[in-house]
Amino acid sequence: MPQQKDPPEKQSNRNDGELRVIGHPRRRVDARAKVTGQTRFADDISLPRMVHCKLLRSPHPHARIRSIDISRAAAHPGVYLVLTGKDLPIEYGILPVSQDEQALCLDHVRHVGDPVAAVIAREELIAFEALDLIKVDYELLTTISDPEEALATPVPRIHEYGDEGNIHKRVALEFGNVDQGFAEADEIFEDTFFYQGSTHLPIEQHASVATKDPDGKLTIWTSTQTPHYLHRALAKVLQMSAAHIRVIATPNGGGFGGKSDPFNHEIVVAKAALLLDRPVKICLTREEVFYCHRGRHPVLMNFKTGVKKDGTITAMHLQTLIDGGAYGSYGVASTFYTGALQTTTYHVPRYRFQGCRTFTNKPPCGPKRGHGTVQPRFGQEVQLDKIAEKLQIDPADLRLRIAESSNAVTANFFRLSTVNLSECIRRVVKSSGWRENFRKLPEGSGVGLACSAYLTGAGLPIYWNKMPHSGVQLKFDRGGGITLFCGATEIGQGSDDVLASIVAEVLGLDTFDIRLYTGDTDLGPVDLGSYSSRVTIMAGNAALQAADRAKALLAEAVAERLAVPADRLRFAGKRVFDSAAPENGLTFQEAVCLAEARFGTIGTVGSYTPPKSLALYKGGGVGPSPTYSYTAAVVEVAVNPVTGWITVPKIWIAHDIGRALNPTLVRGQIEGSVYMGLGEALMEEQEFRRLPKKLSHALVHKFPSILEYKSPTSLDMPDLFTELVEEPDPKGPFGAKEVGQGPLLPIMPAVANAVYDAVGVRIDEVPITPEKIMKALTEKKAGRAPRFGPSHFPHVEWPEALRVPPPWEGGDGNAINDVPRREKAKPHPQKEQVLSS
Amino acid sequence: MVTISLTSQKSAQIRFTLNGEQTDVSFAPYKTLLEVLREDLNHTGTKHGCELGECGACAVLLEGKPVLSCLLLALECNGKEILTVEGLGANGALHPLQEAFADLGAAQCGYCTPAILVTAKALLDQNPHPTRDQIREALSGNLCRCTGYLQIFEAVEAAVLEIAGQDNAAS
Amino acid sequence: MRLPLFEFRVPRTLKEAARILHGEGPSAMPLAGGTDLLPNMKRRQQVPRTLLSLRDIDALHENQFTDSGARLGACLTLSDIASDPRFRNGATALAQAASQVATPQIRNMATLGGNLCLDTRCNYYDQSYEWRKSINFCMKKDGVTCWVAPSSRICMAVSSTDTAPALMALGARIRLVSHSGEREIPLSDLYNNDGMLYLHRKPDEILAEVLLDPLHEWRSTYWKLRRRGSFDFPVLSVAAAARFSPNGAVEDARIVIGSVASRPLVAKEAARFLVGHSLTSETIAEAATLAARIAKPLDNTDFDMSWRKKVTAEFVTYALRELRGDDVTAERASITRLPSA
Repeated sequence: MPQQKDPPEKQSNRNDGELRVIGHPRRRVDARAKVTGQTRFADDISLPRMVHCKLLRSPHPHARIRSIDISRAAAHPGVYLVLTGKDLPIEYGILPVSQDEQALCLDHVRHVGDPVAAVIAREELIAFEALDLIKVDYELLTTISDPEEALATPVPRIHEYGDEGNIHKRVALEFGNVDQGFAEADEIFEDTFFYQGSTHLPIEQHASVATKDPDGKLTIWTSTQTPHYLHRALAKVLQMSAAHIRVIATPNGGGFGGKSDPFNHEIVVAKAALLLDRPVKICLTREEVFYCHRGRHPVLMNFKTGVKKDGTITAMHLQTLIDGGAYGSYGVASTFYTGALQTTTYHVPRYRFQGCRTFTNKPPCGPKRGHGTVQPRFGQEVQLDKIAEKLQIDPADLRLRIAESSNAVTANFFRLSTVNLSECIRRVVKSSGWRENFRKLPEGSGVGLACSAYLTGAGLPIYWNKMPHSGVQLKFDRGGGITLFCGATEIGQGSDDVLASIVAEVLGLDTFDIRLYTGDTDLGPVDLGSYSSRVTIMAGNAALQAADRAKALLAEAVAERLAVPADRLRFAGKRVFDSAAPENGLTFQEAVCLAEARFGTIGTVGSYTPPKSLALYKGGGVGPSPTYSYTAAVVEVAVNPVTGWITVPKIWIAHDIGRALNPTLVRGQIEGSVYMGLGEALMEEQEFRRLPKKLSHALVHKFPSILEYKSPTSLDMPDLFTELVEEPDPKGPFGAKEVGQGPLLPIMPAVANAVYDAVGVRIDEVPITPEKIMKALTEKKAGRAPRFGPSHFPHVEWPEALRVPPPWEGGDGNAINDVPRREKAKPHPQKEQVLSS
Repeated sequence: MVTISLTSQKSAQIRFTLNGEQTDVSFAPYKTLLEVLREDLNHTGTKHGCELGECGACAVLLEGKPVLSCLLLALECNGKEILTVEGLGANGALHPLQEAFADLGAAQCGYCTPAILVTAKALLDQNPHPTRDQIREALSGNLCRCTGYLQIFEAVEAAVLEIAGQDNAAS
Repeated sequence: MRLPLFEFRVPRTLKEAARILHGEGPSAMPLAGGTDLLPNMKRRQQVPRTLLSLRDIDALHENQFTDSGARLGACLTLSDIASDPRFRNGATALAQAASQVATPQIRNMATLGGNLCLDTRCNYYDQSYEWRKSINFCMKKDGVTCWVAPSSRICMAVSSTDTAPALMALGARIRLVSHSGEREIPLSDLYNNDGMLYLHRKPDEILAEVLLDPLHEWRSTYWKLRRRGSFDFPVLSVAAAARFSPNGAVEDARIVIGSVASRPLVAKEAARFLVGHSLTSETIAEAATLAARIAKPLDNTDFDMSWRKKVTAEFVTYALRELRGDDVTAERASITRLPSA
């Protein structure tokens, strides 16, 4: 392979007018496979001699395992193997600071559904029947059902680690003198909000197939968004070299964050395949998917905000109390995320954040679309609506007044890039007829507005390292084809199409000319995974670099042959030609052969590492991003003033995308985000049920089924008017920013604000159901506060806040009451890692 | 009268028409059509999201009508005609619905897509010019978590025009 | 999720089917559309040893419309009914109910008889074997306690059929065929307010036909409450039918409230009150109050039970206003989420 040279200009010629692939609505590269049913999802894989695995799960929410007797199950005809916690004792977890899961619980079960044993049998039905033959002797422990109980019940501890008792993590950060900020305010608003938990509900149930390869190595095909992190977890738990493990992330039938953790079932089938030396498959039932969960954390929030009469924010103090469920998962990151992005939409000069995550005996919460930022976004945007009303400022105007601006550095040291929030607001104000409708519609109809910001990729990896976050390798064939290798994982969002379109654009090809191998730890360079809206910017920039490097090589060879300067060459229409004399050129295939003859085999690589963060304080690893997307939305609701019945006929949304690489897919991400947001706003709930204590120990998921977990149907989806705001962002490939998550965020608060406009009641809680509206209407009729929502925020012993002076108070990104990070000894790999997702 | 006994072996057999082809298959009699299609006939285009009739991902056409293959015993399909996504295209070409779904972003993760495609085909077979509301209604038994449905509606509408164009050209 | 093992039998005549049911006793169950039974079997709520397919019994798939009324075979699918223009005018409630069951695919499979015999539902019961094990099971299957009402001696699972309230409002009768003979009873008499013994159907009886008198003098309607535009079972439903005199007074009326007890409840007092009155805002309000009084929803379905109770009168009002001839298109569109409903 020739030595790689970066072209003289860092960026290829990216004149808008000349773009042939980027920016044009296109059929995605994997569309044909999807519409013919040929996309191979994990459960579609079937191998010779394959056997089937089922997991025995705890029927108790909290218990010690005294003993497990597997003898009858093991002797059952058709059963080949029974595994228990003893076979897989090593703990793992997605974050280095919370390695608190076991593939099969050794001696402690922490929620109904925690796996305790695995049966591998000839058929799934036999494995299922054999589960009932396993006898587990449990000693029941006190059950903790919510954060308030967790705070009040330090023992028994759900985990032996964590900040204290059943508190997993407490954090406190203060940027500037917040008390001073409140003293300078004309008005201070304080509101408590509750955001209910919800789950991802991908239509594909998680599935995995593991096998021992002919050469003795391990391969697993699995529905994961993060093959690289699973790769690490498997190596750790199976005590194998990662070099001998291959993880293939099959295209995910929906992810939304729910397939981002290494899962117990993946580890179990891997172990079983090694022991049995035959392929082992597991496909979870829908109920089991609810037990994997890792969904939206239920969060209780207290927002205190000081404002000037003109709406300018002087200070904000946010407290969050987070129901983490039974394991750490991404929880430490989630906790920081609940306080991270308040400053990225509107200018908040002084900001205090206190967050507390507790363990409870429920399936673990984790990252769901908008990870940790969705809940406080709801509170902040609803509170802004209240502020606007009190100050008698139109809520759109208030937001325009306080919106952050491009290239700002926030109080918590996040560096913004392009910020087109104001333009988004102006667009939806216009398209929705906001000025004609707000506070002017008849009783029962209303409109509400809300905004949001979201990161375009987490600035830091999950485990501390200095390597790139994404890599792409390109191999050039003498036939003129290109094969692209990358660890990026296709979860439906279109990551394969992003990669192909960038390479095709740079090299003047069609996306069809590119063959992709993605999500495979053997074949592609590492990409950290499909989470935090990071793939377009990170894998995309890596692809861009690899393509630019190849272009330079090809250009050098062609320039010599055509005797024109390399910088005059254009790559377009599968040709390389002199831009001054387009007829003077070669086919792309000829160019590849020429370059190969000149340099040897043509292959290039590209990689991407996000810019260094300014947030050097502990916890500053969560929230920095190369750039942020912005969204504004207006929602129209119709509320029946008698029953509280609510429908949403129309939504208008504008999203600051930077540049839409494929507008068809961008629109799809926006519409899908709105859909999922609407589900959370109106009906989706991860609810639990405790039976009468004296009668039962149960704390069960109320209805772990697709029927009773209410996902909106085609009849529940409103008309939606989508606009894209495109100002190419210098950080993104061809200027692209994220779109997969941000557009979800404004929907829930906009619904709440619209309900207030319609019937004059505040629903400070999600989901916003007819029952809650009716209760608030009853309060209103009785002359009491027209509101439904939480009434108090419980007492939490907060740690002393890390005090970080904001940039305008001379801060350097470090806390003044902590050892500056730069001067610290080299961080311990397990303890001091900066977390992020 | 037919009597089939309790067993988990492949003791049952049916002959039916799968995507236009006469098909014989042996299977364990407790299996649903979904399981037989996927496991015994390697037709994995038909998916499942709950196996309880609560999501619509396993829809296939039985005698031209969309039904849920997870709630249909394979034993009940003897002599019947079944169409799955694998049988949508003809003569090496995709069905206009498939083309439109591919072009217009109607398939994101693609998991609910096969069932939506066959359901939409049944709609168009019966009603070649459905309104947006009729499309909404016809697809109301197919959950999609990715798209928010709108690009699916648009794709069905685009296919309606394409089919009408083809028919005009043919006549 | 796998079905348990079963023996599968396919009789060709009703007589043969009845004989098998008689011989096998309660361990055999008829299989029609399968959309209720098969999920229950997968969750091990019902584990019949023998499944008796009704698909080859031609008599069950027929319907007849004559001057003396209609005879509907129990194996007609809900789609058959929803799309048949003969179920309009007087029998509109039935078409509306059938067209709102579950989803289009399920309506293509599910049968009228199956919907009438739908197992009562409860979100402590409609759960997997493992889930039910974690609450130590419930009275309806494998346990002793009714978790909705732990002091209750009977099961409180909810009647969740859409077509039964509609057909009861239409005064339907049914024909039950068994090994020893057959009987014809009012549909209303099929139901029992006990979540476990919710049908007065003997294990060896097959529901063969639904019989309707001529309905051209009647107006009827069906209103269903559920969270979403499709999929969901009713958590409250109101079926109403009335016959009017030329001057607009109600000559006869039936109001049935569904999904608020273990059987559809006939709102007799409300219906009786309406007779002789024309439907004014006042009489509608009074009838709605009377009808809503009998609804006693419990906390075992979707939505808050007290809210379900509170909106019952409003739903009765929609139904009666529609019978009066009011344009309730907007209300119906809002509830069904189908603009053209």
